[in-house]
Amino acid sequence: MSRRDEILGRIREGLRLRVHEPKRAATSSDGVRTGLTTREWLPAVPNDPEGIVETFARNCVELRTQYYRVTGLPELSGKLFELKDSEGWKLIASHRDPILDSVLPSLGLPFLLAEDRPATADVERADVGITRCDALIAQTGSILLTARSAGGRALSVLPPHHVVIARESQLLPDLPAAFELLNKTYGDAYPSLITLITGPSRTGDIERILVLGAHGPRTLTIILLRDPR
Amino acid sequence: MSSIFESQFRASATKLTADLRHRSLIRKALKGYEKSRDEKKARFQDWEAARQAAAETKWEAINHLDKYLSEFADNLARRGAKVFWASTAEEARNYILNLAREKQAKTIIKSKTMTSEEIHLNEVLAKAGYEVVESDLGEFIVQLRDEAPYHLVFPAMHLTRNEISHLFHEKLGSPETDNPEELTMTVRRDMRIRYCKADIGISGANFAVAETGMIAITENEGNARLTTSLPKIHVALLGIEKVLPKLSDLALFLPMLATVGTGQQLTCYNSMIGGPRQPGETDGPEEFHVILLDNRRTHLLADAEQRDALHCIRCGACLNVCPIFRNVGGQTYGTTYQGPIGSVITPHLRGLRDWKHLSFASSLCGACTEACPVKIDLHHHLLQNRRNAVVLGTGKLDRIAFRGFAFLVNHPGVFGVAVKAGRLVQRLHRLIASSKIDPLRAWTASREAPVIAKESFRQYWKSRHK
Repeated sequence: MSRRDEILGRIREGLRLRVHEPKRAATSSDGVRTGLTTREWLPAVPNDPEGIVETFARNCVELRTQYYRVTGLPELSGKLFELKDSEGWKLIASHRDPILDSVLPSLGLPFLLAEDRPATADVERADVGITRCDALIAQTGSILLTARSAGGRALSVLPPHHVVIARESQLLPDLPAAFELLNKTYGDAYPSLITLITGPSRTGDIERILVLGAHGPRTLTIILLRDPR
Repeated sequence: MSSIFESQFRASATKLTADLRHRSLIRKALKGYEKSRDEKKARFQDWEAARQAAAETKWEAINHLDKYLSEFADNLARRGAKVFWASTAEEARNYILNLAREKQAKTIIKSKTMTSEEIHLNEVLAKAGYEVVESDLGEFIVQLRDEAPYHLVFPAMHLTRNEISHLFHEKLGSPETDNPEELTMTVRRDMRIRYCKADIGISGANFAVAETGMIAITENEGNARLTTSLPKIHVALLGIEKVLPKLSDLALFLPMLATVGTGQQLTCYNSMIGGPRQPGETDGPEEFHVILLDNRRTHLLADAEQRDALHCIRCGACLNVCPIFRNVGGQTYGTTYQGPIGSVITPHLRGLRDWKHLSFASSLCGACTEACPVKIDLHHHLLQNRRNAVVLGTGKLDRIAFRGFAFLVNHPGVFGVAVKAGRLVQRLHRLIASSKIDPLRAWTASREAPVIAKESFRQYWKSRHK
């Protein structure tokens, strides 16, 4: 008998004694029946587009994520240029993508592309990792990205600064919408890594005092790109 | 009759409950947490309904564990992961040891996993000559101190920045500082080099998604992401109870875990890993090994009365509200899992005879049950453990005392004489109360003995009905 069959056998044996199912249909503490889906229990999100953007921006402030909203590619280039100058970037790590391809060369800096399989130590030396993502989530101020949408696993966590560029149409209201999107985008061929990033890396392990940049990026910047009318 | 574990528990609890510095440290550490937990909870449109739904989802997963575990393992295998089923701690340890040998690994980096504490993995790997480093800041600190984590979620919450500074100065040669940020950066720099050269990364998992064959890891520091991304081999070690049926279940469980675990809406990184590097991906490990550990979890599963203890998502919420935990401290338990949940499951995982004392170290106030996001009936399980312990056999002294009591209350004449004698003895006892020769010292050392009333109830009754 294989180890698997052994353990599954013990489980089936253990489960022979059945226990009552907890009562179905959630009711809230005051006995009023509430909604039946996760969306109706999680924190509320406004349902108008501007309200969603506002909620996202408010969460970014709380999380200490830098958040900018720009219109059109020239303005995006300008914002990146500003960041480059103020932080003194010398080396960029990024990946292939139509938007990135059109703005990164104008920065006039050397850049590593994930598709060229740079050495880990080189990516670690980069001042910034610039990536796209799958979606932004207003409810929690999170970024949803995968190994496929954001140039693999290391780009978004190894350099000290992570810049994410997202189209405004990528902003989703809540977590259930994010999981619906994952299913729709990838179906049966999920990337090997999916991650929800909510603010810059942090720790409270010393006297529960907040310190940013524990092991991942100290700075997280989200640039929301609006299409020019 | 008491086990060595019980004696250790008593000794440590006695010391720490009287330690006012320890008590204020823990109270201070939890104060900020309590505020943000309550604030984040209040943002939910309906927290109670969310708890109910989470309990239902875990009920479904645990009560059909064979089906969901098979689905999880098959989906993972299809995507190139190697799944190993370990019945015991030893089987899990040996699998990792053999893998390290076979791959000629030298250094191993770990992100926080309580399951590896459970199987004492670090000791075994270190003994075999491997360099094993904990990358989570709190875990790294307690590893340097060569002690067990204090808390499921906050491993080093019992230490001050000065103690940590001394530790780093002594072990890493870094300059003394009272700045938490500088201390954190010392570890960041040290760890960066280790991520890049480590041969194997070992992680735990918070959830295992059956539908898609993925593990989900919740963290704040980014160390788990680096541990699972950079080394060529990633090994994930998880208990068989971690399973959730659907990927979308995480939309509920991730924010609930963060809310009660750390007082956040979501922790910084919630990563779902479903295999080694897939075709077309630019980086990631070449091999992904998943170890599914039983280690007597099936024993707990077979106890229908306490099966829901397997719903636990290890958020630590029950520890934070527990008056016992807050006074005796996490390390006093001597268990991998501290606090109320640890007191419930440890007797199942490691034997009731040795660990029954944990269930008696409870005020049964029920704060844990109320705090639990998946509605585990914790304080009733503690009561059931007490009952099971009595069935197992009681101490000789207990038996004599209860027989004596039964005799007294069945013989009113003798009872009356005993009460009168008791009044006299008590007056004499007062002279030696709480001193070294006091036979009742266990009670009187920190409390006053109740005084026998001048007039007994029977006397009172008679005097009224003359």
